[in-house]
Amino acid sequence: MAKSRSFFPILPALTLLLLLGPVLAGLVGTILPGFGHLPAAGLYGPSLDPFRDLFDWPGFWPAVRLSVGTGVAAAAISLTIVATILAGWAGTRAFGWVERLLSPLLAVPHAAAAFGLAFLIAPSGWLFRLVSPGLTGWQRPPDLLILQDPMGLSLIAGMVIKEVPFLLLMSIAAMGQVGGARRLAVAQSMGYGRVAAWMFTVFPVVYGRIRLPVLVVLAWSMSVVDVAVILGPSTPSTLSVQIVRWMSDPDLVFRLRAAAGALVQLGLVLGAVAVWWGLERLLGRLGASLAHRGLRLGADAHIRAGGLLLALLTALLLFLGLLGLFVWSFAGFWSFPDLLPDQFTLRSWHRDSVGSWQAVSETAVIAGAAVAVGLFLTLGCLEAEERHGLRLTQRGMWLLYLPLLIPQTAFLPGLQTLMLSLGLETGRGAVVVAHLVFVLPYIRLSLQDPWMQWDRRQAVVAKALGASPDRVLWRVRLPMLLAPILTAVAVGIAVSVGQYLPTLLIGGGRVETLTTEAVALASGGDRRAIGVFGLLQTAAALLPFALALIVPALVWRNRKGLRDG
Amino acid sequence: MKTNWLKASVLGALLPLAAMADTDPKDWGAVLEEARGQTVYWNAWGGSPTTNAFIAWAGERVKADYGVTVEHVKLTDTADAVTRVLSEKEAGQDADGAIDLIWINGANFAAMKQSGLLFGPFAEDLPGWANVDVEGKTVQTDFTVPVEGYESPWAMAQVVFMYDTADIEAPLPSAQKILEWAKSHPGRFTYPQPPDFLGTTFLKQMLVDLLDDPSVLVDPVADDSYPAVTAPLWAYLDELTPVLWREGRAYPPTGTRQIQLINDGELDMAISFSPGAASTAIANYELPDTVRTFVLEKGTIGNASFVAIPYNSGSKEGAMVLANFLLSPEAQANAQDPNVLGYGTVLNVAGLSDEDRARFDALDLGIATLSPDELGQAQAEPHPSWMTRIAKDWQARFGVTE
Repeated sequence: MAKSRSFFPILPALTLLLLLGPVLAGLVGTILPGFGHLPAAGLYGPSLDPFRDLFDWPGFWPAVRLSVGTGVAAAAISLTIVATILAGWAGTRAFGWVERLLSPLLAVPHAAAAFGLAFLIAPSGWLFRLVSPGLTGWQRPPDLLILQDPMGLSLIAGMVIKEVPFLLLMSIAAMGQVGGARRLAVAQSMGYGRVAAWMFTVFPVVYGRIRLPVLVVLAWSMSVVDVAVILGPSTPSTLSVQIVRWMSDPDLVFRLRAAAGALVQLGLVLGAVAVWWGLERLLGRLGASLAHRGLRLGADAHIRAGGLLLALLTALLLFLGLLGLFVWSFAGFWSFPDLLPDQFTLRSWHRDSVGSWQAVSETAVIAGAAVAVGLFLTLGCLEAEERHGLRLTQRGMWLLYLPLLIPQTAFLPGLQTLMLSLGLETGRGAVVVAHLVFVLPYIRLSLQDPWMQWDRRQAVVAKALGASPDRVLWRVRLPMLLAPILTAVAVGIAVSVGQYLPTLLIGGGRVETLTTEAVALASGGDRRAIGVFGLLQTAAALLPFALALIVPALVWRNRKGLRDG
Repeated sequence: MKTNWLKASVLGALLPLAAMADTDPKDWGAVLEEARGQTVYWNAWGGSPTTNAFIAWAGERVKADYGVTVEHVKLTDTADAVTRVLSEKEAGQDADGAIDLIWINGANFAAMKQSGLLFGPFAEDLPGWANVDVEGKTVQTDFTVPVEGYESPWAMAQVVFMYDTADIEAPLPSAQKILEWAKSHPGRFTYPQPPDFLGTTFLKQMLVDLLDDPSVLVDPVADDSYPAVTAPLWAYLDELTPVLWREGRAYPPTGTRQIQLINDGELDMAISFSPGAASTAIANYELPDTVRTFVLEKGTIGNASFVAIPYNSGSKEGAMVLANFLLSPEAQANAQDPNVLGYGTVLNVAGLSDEDRARFDALDLGIATLSPDELGQAQAEPHPSWMTRIAKDWQARFGVTE
C-alpha cells in the first residue's frame, strides 16, 4: 500500500513528459535551422535567408493555398456530413446500421483507404470500367484530370471518407453524455422537425464535446503527407509533401528551406484553428438568433435523405476501395476496360511473403510495446487522479491534444536531427517512444468516459467488504471495464499501425513496419504489392477491434450486464 | 546537454583514427574473415517488388556462402540515405552508422564523394573486378565524375522507350518524331515528374537528341552558355506539354507508375532506364504482351548502377563481400534474367569461363528486350550539374501550373 501511494502521483508527470517532451524538443530542432542555424553544416544564425529562399520558390503560394483550402474544406465537409446524419437519424434503426457499417472503417489506415479510392475514381478505375465500354463506348480511359487535380478535390474526398467515421464515433460518444434523446424529445414536442430540433438543441452541446477532435481533423487535413502524395496534385503539391521532399534532399540548403516551410505550416495550422474558432462562435450566435426567432426549418425529408446518402456513400467508397485492393492482390493480367482480371494468382502474396512476415512482426512488436506502456500510464493516471481527487481540466485536455494539433512535419524532422546530435540511438526503442506520443492521447480519450462513468457504488460495496483500494482496482474496476479497456487497446494499436512519418524518421529507416513498406511500395505504384500490404495493414488494425468485441463476450458470457462494457 | 555536445565533438574528432583500422580490401582473406557474422544494412530503393526479391535472394546467398546477414532498408528515394549519412556526420556519429551499403549513382554519388562521406577506394580491389568490362562499359566514370574505386558497379542501364504496338505502329526514332506523334495523339504520352530521376533523364535525353553537338554537356554548366544550350529543350517542351497526358497539369510520380498507366490503357508510350523492364513487366502481368521497346536513331543515354559504402559503416567488410558477390557471374546472370530483374550486366561476358558464359547464353532476354546490337553504344551522361540545373528550371517553367 505504501509503495503504491508513492507510485501513482509520478505517473501523470511522467505521462506529460512523454507526451510533450518529444514535441517540444522537435520544435526546437525545427526552429533553429528555420532561422538559418545549422552548425553541423557550418551555418550559424539567426538569419531570415531560409524564409527568403522559401518565398522565392515559385510554388510557395499555390502550395499554401492548396494546403489551407483542402484542409479546411475536408474538415468542414466531414463535420457537415456527420451533423446531417446525426440530425436526421440519431437513435433510429437506420442509424444503428450506419454506425455498425462505419465504425470498423475507422481502423482502415489512411494510405490503404487512399489507394482504394484512387483505383475507384481514376479515369481507368473501377467506376469508369463499370460503364465502359457498355454505356460510354470507351475502349480506352478518357484523358480526365480526376486524380491529382489542381484544386485537390480528390484529395479532399480521400480525407473526408476517413474523417467521417472518426467524427461520427466521437459524436456518438458525446451524445451519450449529454442526453441527446431527451433534448430532442422536448424540442420535437414544441413542434420542431427532427433536423431543426437536433441542430438547435443537441448539436451545440455535442459540438462543445467534439471541438478538440474537430480541430485535430482540421490540423491533420492541412498537413497530411501520405494521402496527399497519393491523391493530391503535384504541380505543385501541398506544403507538407514539399517539406518532406526538401528534408530528404542531399543539398543541405534544402533542409533550411524545409525547416522554414515547417514553421510556416505550423503557423498556417494555428491560424486556421484560430479562424475556425472565431467562425464557430459566429455561427453559434447565428444559430442562437435563428432559434430565438423560432425558425422551424422545413425540408426535413430532403436533409434526412441527403445525410443518409452521404454516409452510405462514404462507407461504400471505403468498402469498394478495399475490395479493389483485395482483387488487385490476386490479379493476373488486368487491363482497361475489364471489370475483373483475366486470371487470378497467388503470385503477389508469395513474392512478398518473407518481407511481409517481418513487417507484420515488427509492426506487432512496436504497437504492442507502445500500447502496453500507453495503457499502463493511462490507467495509472486515471487511478492517481481518482485517489488524489484530481480532474483533467479543459487546459489539461488541450495538452493531451497538443501532439495531435501540431503538424507532424513541424516537429518530427527536428526531433530526428536533435536525437542524432545528442548521440541518441534511433531504432525500434525510439520509434516506440515516438509512437507513444500519438498513441497516448487516443488511449486516454477512449478510456476517459467509461472510467468516469463507472458506478462508484461498486467501490463502496467492495470497501465495505474490506477490500483495499488496490484490490478494488484490480479485482473490481479493471475487470468490469474489460470491454472499454480492450477497445482502447484496439484504438491504440490502430493508431500505431498507421504511423508513417514517426516510424520512417525516428527509426532511421531501419525499422520496417507494414505502413512504411506500403508507402515505399506506393512510390513504385505496383497495385498488386500495394494490395497485399494495404490489406495486411488493414487486417493488423482491424483484428484487435474484432478481439475487443469477442473477448468480453466470451469472458462475461454469464454476466449479461458486463458484455457491452 | 552541453556535455553531450562536447562528448559528440570529441568522439567525432577521435573516430576518424579508429576508422583507419578498417581491413585493407587488398587482403581479401582478411576481409572474408572480418565479414563473417556482420550485418549489412543495404539501403536501396524499395518501390519495386522485383528488385526487393532480387536483394532478398542476394542476401540469402551471401548469408549461406560468407555468413554475412543482409538487411534491405527500403527507400522511397536514394537521397534519403545520403541525407542520413550527412546527418550522422553532422552529429559526429563517425562509427557504426545506420547504413552499410547504398545503391547509388549520379548526383547522389557526386555529392557523397565530394563531401567525403564514402569509404574507399575499394572497388577495383574486389576479386570480381577482374571480370568487369572496363573497356566496353562506362564503369569508371559516373555521370562524368571519376569513380576512383569509391563505388562498385553492378548493373548497366540504358534509356529505351516502351510502346504498345497495339497503339503505335512503328518506333519513333527521334525527339522530333515523338513530338509529331504526340501532337496527333494528344494525352497518350507523359514522363515522370522531375526531379524524379527518370523524369530528369527524359529531359536530358531530349536535350542530347535535339543538340547538334551534345559534347558541350560533358563539362559542368557555365552560366553564360546555359541559356543558349538549353533553349532548344524549352522550346521543345513548350510544344510538347499541351499534348501530354492531362495536358501536363499532372505527371506520374515515378517510372513504375507509367507502367501501370500503360497497363490501364491511359498511355501508349513511356521512357524507361532498363532495357529489360518491359519484358519483366510482361512476365509479371504488369504490361500487355503487345509492348515492345525502341531506342533513338542517334542512340540513347546509358549509365551504370553502383553500390557504395558510407565512411562510417560498421560492417565495411561485409559490405565489400556483398559488393563482390554482386559482380559474380551467378548474380549478374540472375539480375539479367527478365523473370528476375532484366538488368544489363557489367561483366565482359565474352571473357568469362565456358561454364559462366553458359549462364548468360541460357538466358531468354524476353520478347520486348532489344539485343545488345540493337541497343547500340550508349551515349554519355551529361555532367550532373546539368541535371540539377535543368530540373530546377523545369520546376519553375512547368512545375507550377495555374
